[in-house]
Amino acid sequence: MNTEKELESRGAERKPVLEVHNLKSYYESRDGEVPAVDGVDLTLYPGEIVGIVGESGCGKSTVVRSLLGLMDPVTSRREAGTALFEDRDLFRLSEKELCKVRGKGISMIFQNPLSALDPVYTIGSQIMEILKIHESITDKEARERAIELLHQVNIPSPELRLNQYPHELSGGMQQRVVIAIALACNPKILIADEPTTALDVTVQAQILALIRELRDRLNIAVILITHNMGVVAAICDRMCVMYGGVVVEEGRCEEIFANPRHPYTRGLLAAIPSIDEDKETLYTIPGQVDVLKAPVNFCRFEKRCSHACSKCREEEPQLRGESDHLSRCWVFPDKSSEKTDFEQAKVVAP
Amino acid sequence: MKRYVLMRVLKAIFTIWAVYTLVFFLTRVTGDPVDWLTQAGASDAAKETLRRNLGLDLPLWDQYVKSFVGLFTGDTGTSYYYSREVSALFAERIWPTVTLGSIVFVVTIAVGLPLGVLAAVKHNSLLDRLTMSLAVIGSTLPNFVLGILLIFIFALTLRMLPSGGTGTVKNYIMPIIALSVGPVASVARLTRSSLLDVIGNDYLDFVRSKGMREWKVVIKHGLRNALIPVITILGSQLSALIGGSVVVETVFAWPGIGTLIVTSAQQRDFPVVVFGVLVIAASVTFVNLLVDLSYGLLDPRIRKS
Ligand SMILES: Nc1ncnc2c1ncn2[C@@H]1O[C@H](COP(=O)(O)OP(=O)(O)O)[C@@H](O)[C@H]1O
Ligand SMILES: [Mg+2]
Repeated sequence: MNTEKELESRGAERKPVLEVHNLKSYYESRDGEVPAVDGVDLTLYPGEIVGIVGESGCGKSTVVRSLLGLMDPVTSRREAGTALFEDRDLFRLSEKELCKVRGKGISMIFQNPLSALDPVYTIGSQIMEILKIHESITDKEARERAIELLHQVNIPSPELRLNQYPHELSGGMQQRVVIAIALACNPKILIADEPTTALDVTVQAQILALIRELRDRLNIAVILITHNMGVVAAICDRMCVMYGGVVVEEGRCEEIFANPRHPYTRGLLAAIPSIDEDKETLYTIPGQVDVLKAPVNFCRFEKRCSHACSKCREEEPQLRGESDHLSRCWVFPDKSSEKTDFEQAKVVAP
Repeated sequence: MKRYVLMRVLKAIFTIWAVYTLVFFLTRVTGDPVDWLTQAGASDAAKETLRRNLGLDLPLWDQYVKSFVGLFTGDTGTSYYYSREVSALFAERIWPTVTLGSIVFVVTIAVGLPLGVLAAVKHNSLLDRLTMSLAVIGSTLPNFVLGILLIFIFALTLRMLPSGGTGTVKNYIMPIIALSVGPVASVARLTRSSLLDVIGNDYLDFVRSKGMREWKVVIKHGLRNALIPVITILGSQLSALIGGSVVVETVFAWPGIGTLIVTSAQQRDFPVVVFGVLVIAASVTFVNLLVDLSYGLLDPRIRKS
């Protein structure tokens, strides 16, 4: 009996909740199309936290906004891709069907909690709102559920909070409310786009702990977007490093932290702010994220890479490697390349 | 907040009193009503009797005190020209004015708001550009000019509508258009720009990600937030409407208080003019008061402070 159940649950875990394949999302700009997301694959299993990491402008938000159909159709276009969620392709759903997925199947929280809540409605009404969108529920039931949800995200005296307005709460509290709203209808997936970037360090840690606690309790799958490898180290199981609209390295976190392959990943690791050491200046990767033009037929990181060779300028590398660790680099494509002489000194352990 | 409301009400009362006093003395320097009311060549004795009957022989200050105190005892004075209680005259004339004003106000909201929302949602579309071009014209054209233009086209040239008077539905059409175009245009423009500001906000994305349908997102969260500046402009439009109706009523010979005040001013019928201005000042002040207080209701961030 027990073993059967175990097997069953393991079997279920093996089936992904979300399978994104070859997602391409372009913005229209005056001088051509910007390939903000240019062929991203992403697989998400129940109960795991996957980090999407990369500097600002690498296309992280565009990936997740595309998934939920939150892109502006006037300035952007989805070029290609499928996104299987509960046996349906999200990109083929009508707006009406997509509305039923948003908030119920897949929830999303955004970077700045101070601007995520509508300033003119109470906390309570904004929590009850999502319940009423997806469930037929009375006011009284919705109120009770709202209190319960605030409890769940560790907000003290929830009854009092219900009648307060967002501006009466601190940033950390507002982010908790946002998370409570996102979890209200028991979604399968929580997407968190830089959920702690706008918060100070202690609150940051609390929010991350909360996300992990909720994942453990609810077995929800989480996509966590960040530009901070430290955040990935703190809570993610797997990670995708994005650069220039593509995934440049992907795999289990311990594996990548131990043996980073792509020079960009190494740069990000070196740039983790260290709390104990009082370093004068923090390491930053030289140069900046370029705005590209489609089509791209060279390595996107080549301009900033100290290992770039002529091949990098002529052809874009593909993701290669083992199933638990892939990288998109001509110079460091697989396990054998890990032993290559690297500027290991720059890499700070998480 | 209570303190603020109290201060605001006191200020409003002071404003009304100040306007009343100003107009009271200003009317007195425009000339002698007795000259207007008597025929040329009337004897000095007859003029003196009339002056005494009208209470104009008293010192100016006594007249002022008498008329001011009268307001509180329900004595609004007697019209020189109609020889009737001023309040009775107004009671007769207020309904045409209020009816017209209410219709115009409803039209302003019912047309201006949706136009603004539509223009914002479809911004930079042909519809948006067309609406906004018309709105610019509409909000710059003075309502009496528009009124005269309408009379010229629809009454004099096409002979489709009566040029003035009241009684049938047709009589309403031109005054309503003349008075609504400006406010509709202003409200549409402001709703559009205010909503466009709100539409860029993160909280709308969060509401979308909750699964709310787009039109509901725009109305419930977008418009609700955009409404705060729109209410201000509605208030000032309403004030302007109260003032503007005085002229437009005259243009269309509309039997409301606007026409009454204008003719009374020509006839130096002081009690009527002063009371009329008092009514208008009180309405305008009341509207502004409501607008100020409604901020608190609309924006919780202001309410608590
Ligand atoms: N509305 C837009 N119009 C044009 N380009 C955009 C727009 N939004 C984002 N981009 C471009 O798309 C790229 C990826 O943006 P984004 O997904 O926001 O990155 P990230 O979330 O990783 O910071 C950037 O190069 C940015 O310049
Ligand atoms: Mg982003």
